[in-house]
Amino acid sequence: MRQGEISLAGFLALFSLYLMWKSAELPIGYIRGQGPGGGFWPFWLSVGMLLSCCAIAWNWWRGKSPASVSDEPLMDRFGWRTVILVGGGVAGFVAMISVVSMYGAVGLFLVYYLRFLGRHSWLLTLAMAIVLPIALFFFFEGAMQISMPQGMPFTQPFFDVMYDIIY
Amino acid sequence: MEVFSSLADGILLALMPINLMLILIGVTVGLFIGAMPGLGSVNGVAILLPITFLVPPSSAIIFLAAIYYGAMYGGAISSVTLGIPGASTAVATTFDGRPLALQGRASLALVTAALASFVGGTVATVLFTLFAPLLATMALSFGPPEIFALMLLAFATFVGLGGDDIPKTIFSICFGLVLATVGFDTISGEPRLVLFDIQGFLRGIGFIVLAIGVYGIGEMIWTIEQTRGEVTTTNPKMTAKGMMADSKEATKKGWKGTLIGSFLGFFVGVLPAAGATPGSLMSYGVAKMLSRTPEEYGKGSPDGVAAPEAANNSASTGSMLPMLTLGIPGSPTTAILLGGMVIWGLTPGPRLFLDQSEFVWGLIGSFYISNLAAVLINLAFIPLFVWMLRMPFTILAPLIFVLSIVGGFAASRSMHDLWLIVIFGLGAFFMRKFDYPLAPAVLAIVLGPIAEPTLRQSLLLSSGDPMIFLNRPIAGPITVIAIFLILLPAFKLLRRKKRVAAN
Repeated sequence: MRQGEISLAGFLALFSLYLMWKSAELPIGYIRGQGPGGGFWPFWLSVGMLLSCCAIAWNWWRGKSPASVSDEPLMDRFGWRTVILVGGGVAGFVAMISVVSMYGAVGLFLVYYLRFLGRHSWLLTLAMAIVLPIALFFFFEGAMQISMPQGMPFTQPFFDVMYDIIY
Repeated sequence: MEVFSSLADGILLALMPINLMLILIGVTVGLFIGAMPGLGSVNGVAILLPITFLVPPSSAIIFLAAIYYGAMYGGAISSVTLGIPGASTAVATTFDGRPLALQGRASLALVTAALASFVGGTVATVLFTLFAPLLATMALSFGPPEIFALMLLAFATFVGLGGDDIPKTIFSICFGLVLATVGFDTISGEPRLVLFDIQGFLRGIGFIVLAIGVYGIGEMIWTIEQTRGEVTTTNPKMTAKGMMADSKEATKKGWKGTLIGSFLGFFVGVLPAAGATPGSLMSYGVAKMLSRTPEEYGKGSPDGVAAPEAANNSASTGSMLPMLTLGIPGSPTTAILLGGMVIWGLTPGPRLFLDQSEFVWGLIGSFYISNLAAVLINLAFIPLFVWMLRMPFTILAPLIFVLSIVGGFAASRSMHDLWLIVIFGLGAFFMRKFDYPLAPAVLAIVLGPIAEPTLRQSLLLSSGDPMIFLNRPIAGPITVIAIFLILLPAFKLLRRKKRVAAN
């Protein structure tokens, strides 16, 4: 934890410097007759972020935060497994949207999570993976008139059938 | 007396069968739209606006106002049950509503939210009825320096009263404010902070992207990791007797927050360009500041649910005031309502109360009826929402992830934003591990788009002199209180050091 806290503070300090540099693409001072420039607000806020990171590092050095005096690892095996399987699953869900459409990705994600992570029965898994995307389709496309991504062309027959039902 | 006879006529108009039916439909539809992450009152009102052309203008505005009310009640539902603020107005409800749900007390949180919303809406409607023209004139005396001072106060309550690590809180606030500036500079129109030159950032970073990332993804992964998958939200009891007990507890423990939220929310809602979001966040901060047990806030305090919920309902009624009396919308939803009124052939402004008194009083009457209908419908649906939490967590968790991603897309219609949600979610998880408070970042990204232009306009007005925030009669005291709150942790530290030295 101790090493992790200073590493995160260092990373955030670098990010703050990047934001300062990026903000400075627009004027960061006062322009007569126009007021503060476009970069003024984000630049000084980024300075605030950098100073906060310095204060966090100072507190770390003095051992004032719980993480700075902890010798425990950031996460155990279960923790890393959770982040990889759950976080990775969500990232995979988003990646699949462009391929199998939003509704297809919802179905696949539910199969992955319910069956492989949750260890639920195939009956419950398939029932939810089929019913929920269809319910979401009627809610968003039918009731709310919001079109979701349709993925690659091979999903089109599904959408043709569904649009025939709602229109 | 004239006010009361006009109000009686208005209530009678709102109770006409067609209007009553529209109120019931509007409130129910609004409740479910508001409960959906990513969708809020603005979506409901915008989508159903075309339907209102089928009925007379007075019925149309009553219907839209009912949707607005319903959605304000509904926002609390996703904050409590899913832990995701469905709309910016419900961000503060998450702070204590979610911990209550995790303690198996979702019904207490939902009942508190419903009752506080009812009181907030009622107080606001009474204030609206009695002081509409007077308050509209007063609101006009709030210029950019006063609004910026209010924003400063909202941030100060988080810095001064947070029990968290102060540098990390300040980092979180600055980070949220910087994220709010990504996209275009609203004054010069130039692209700004297009991070890593990725074109998707030109669209800016919406509040909902950060909120869903932090609460929908990051918080969920954190919960699963911390509890090792054994989450304790799975068995909340919901009986009629239990709901009565919850109502009593909500009244006993949430009355203070409700009162603060009702009055402060209305006042902030009345201010042009402020609206229900700053109203609810400030009420949370002030309720915490005035509480005898501020340490309970953020851990499941009913007062922490009551204050923002009373405020967002109160402010949503308040934000109708500048719209009707001055033609200035106080929130995105009232901007759409204003557009509707113009299409219906009505001219909002000072003469509306004289020229279209039946319309105005019909609307005010509908506030009373909608508010009553909303609390009853909301209470009736609470068992359904609580039942959702009885699902095994291995079913509830993927549903929350799905609603986060689908709701995130519905709000932004951009794949770029979905990837940002995932990145913010994973980032929030690691920052949470090191005790970075993330609520201030969400607060900041919501208030940033109000804070920056008001700061720049104020400095332009004063030719760059920051004393403008101190030497104006309204802005001055607010700024002084804000500065005091920001310095409060330093004072506390000095006092503690003195005490240690004395011992």
